[in-house]
Amino acid sequence: MSERFVNPRIAAIPPSGIRKFFNLAGTIKNAISLGIGEPDFVTPYHIRETMIDSLLNGETQYTENRGMLSLRKEIARYLEDRHNVKYNPETDIVVTIGASEAIDIVLRATLREGDEVLLPDPGYVSYKPCVEMCGGVGIPVKTYAEDAFQITGQALEEKITPRTRALILSYPNNPTGAILEDEYLRQVADVAIRHDLLVICDEIYNELVYDGLRQTSLASLQGMWERTVTINGFSKAFAMTGHRIGYFCAPQPIADAALKIHQYTILCAGRSAQAAAIHALKTGRENGYEDVIQMRESYNRRRRLMHHAFNDMGLTCFEPRGAFYAFPCIQYTGLDSETFCARLLNEQAVVCIPGNAFGESGEGFIRCCYATDQEKMLEAFKRMRAFLATLREE
Amino acid sequence: MTMDHLKYQVLEMLKNDCRTSLEDMAVMLGVSTQNIASMVDEMEKEQIILRYSPVVNWDKTDRQFVEAMIEVKVTPQKEKGFDAIAKRIYQYNEVKSVFLMSGTYDLLILAEAPTLKELALFVSEKLSVMETVTGTSTSFVLKRYKQDGVIFDTPSEDQRLVVSP
Repeated sequence: MSERFVNPRIAAIPPSGIRKFFNLAGTIKNAISLGIGEPDFVTPYHIRETMIDSLLNGETQYTENRGMLSLRKEIARYLEDRHNVKYNPETDIVVTIGASEAIDIVLRATLREGDEVLLPDPGYVSYKPCVEMCGGVGIPVKTYAEDAFQITGQALEEKITPRTRALILSYPNNPTGAILEDEYLRQVADVAIRHDLLVICDEIYNELVYDGLRQTSLASLQGMWERTVTINGFSKAFAMTGHRIGYFCAPQPIADAALKIHQYTILCAGRSAQAAAIHALKTGRENGYEDVIQMRESYNRRRRLMHHAFNDMGLTCFEPRGAFYAFPCIQYTGLDSETFCARLLNEQAVVCIPGNAFGESGEGFIRCCYATDQEKMLEAFKRMRAFLATLREE
Repeated sequence: MTMDHLKYQVLEMLKNDCRTSLEDMAVMLGVSTQNIASMVDEMEKEQIILRYSPVVNWDKTDRQFVEAMIEVKVTPQKEKGFDAIAKRIYQYNEVKSVFLMSGTYDLLILAEAPTLKELALFVSEKLSVMETVTGTSTSFVLKRYKQDGVIFDTPSEDQRLVVSP
């Protein structure tokens, strides 16, 4: 009855494919979930303690819209030290409610009706809806396991039209675990410069890159700073997902525009989360990011375990190099990703996310998170082997 | 990865779960199973690894026993220091751990016996009467909250949503 009140633009956006699985998974007993997209560590205790202290000190008020200056200064210092990009904390940085808010307000601040935004496919589930909610058009750019799920300049070129305005880059990538090597990053930069594109660079997983590899920040490339928005946050590197604290950095005109939206809709990020974030960066700087490194080593061990297990059970799996996901191929089973995941859940109580939730080219793959207890993961592999054996007998 | 770093990682993994198979450890650390096997072997020989034992929460069993932390003051012996007396003490079955401490006393003992009476007898008839022991102070353990990094309260459930972005 009340449907007529819903904005048709919102009504047209399909609900998240991940969500669908969430409802299904809730009904299965003793399910092991590889479908989670967050660290399995709780926020380091000293960071939580700082939040408690902040509350005890009565720090319960609004902060500046942009976020506390001391936090922005820490962010600027962190990005310069660790990712070789320079931003002015006074003018270029805005603290947001997680990187998610940053994605939303940056898109709203930059897109015009009908603007096209190139999106690596498979990619994070929020980009396309966020683009569409502000009247833009998301244009998927397929990436392939053969290229280690890296986006190429060529693939981008093929999708450029006169309406192309921006590109969202997210490496290390959710769901594939790919990083973008410097050679490809340069190709992206060249395309962006040639066609005068804005690049929104979601670097939320940039501390989680393994085996001594690094993900170069796009904004550090020559000619890119003025056309790049760097988005990051504390959720993944510091295991702070529930605190909802992130930020974006951009040249002042873009930052000011997005800040307007933030001012009118959010006011400011939560104060105790900001206190925690300051502490996380400051202690990280002082102790060589001890917590981050420890968590990364733990993920790395489980990354190898998962990658090995999938290949061993016959699911070809590209070696993920960042984030905490593996993205094995299930095509040989003859099942589509949704059927595969639904049956795996029903028959063996293991939750994986169908790859097509992340875009068309995710079809034939499933996303599995290795930020999962080692013992549970081993049990999940056992169940998956049993499931594959059943399929072979059919 | 340096050799030492690899060793520490192996030790950390075993400490966390000593049933982790050599094969899984090898995969997780990106080296051969043979490599891990000989490393573990070597650490056993060098007595870096002394034993593989579970952390047990006895409170959840019917086993009846008492535990106490005993602070002991001793007179160190010429040339032998505290080692000789520590050695005499740690040979008692009641004694589970012995540490040499800085501060107001010298040795800290964790002792265990089936009953309060037996533990009291151990202190009064075995420990206190040693010539070099000049004083003891016994505190009984009432509840164990955490040991060897393991929290004994009911572990909190995974608070994460089953499926998330």
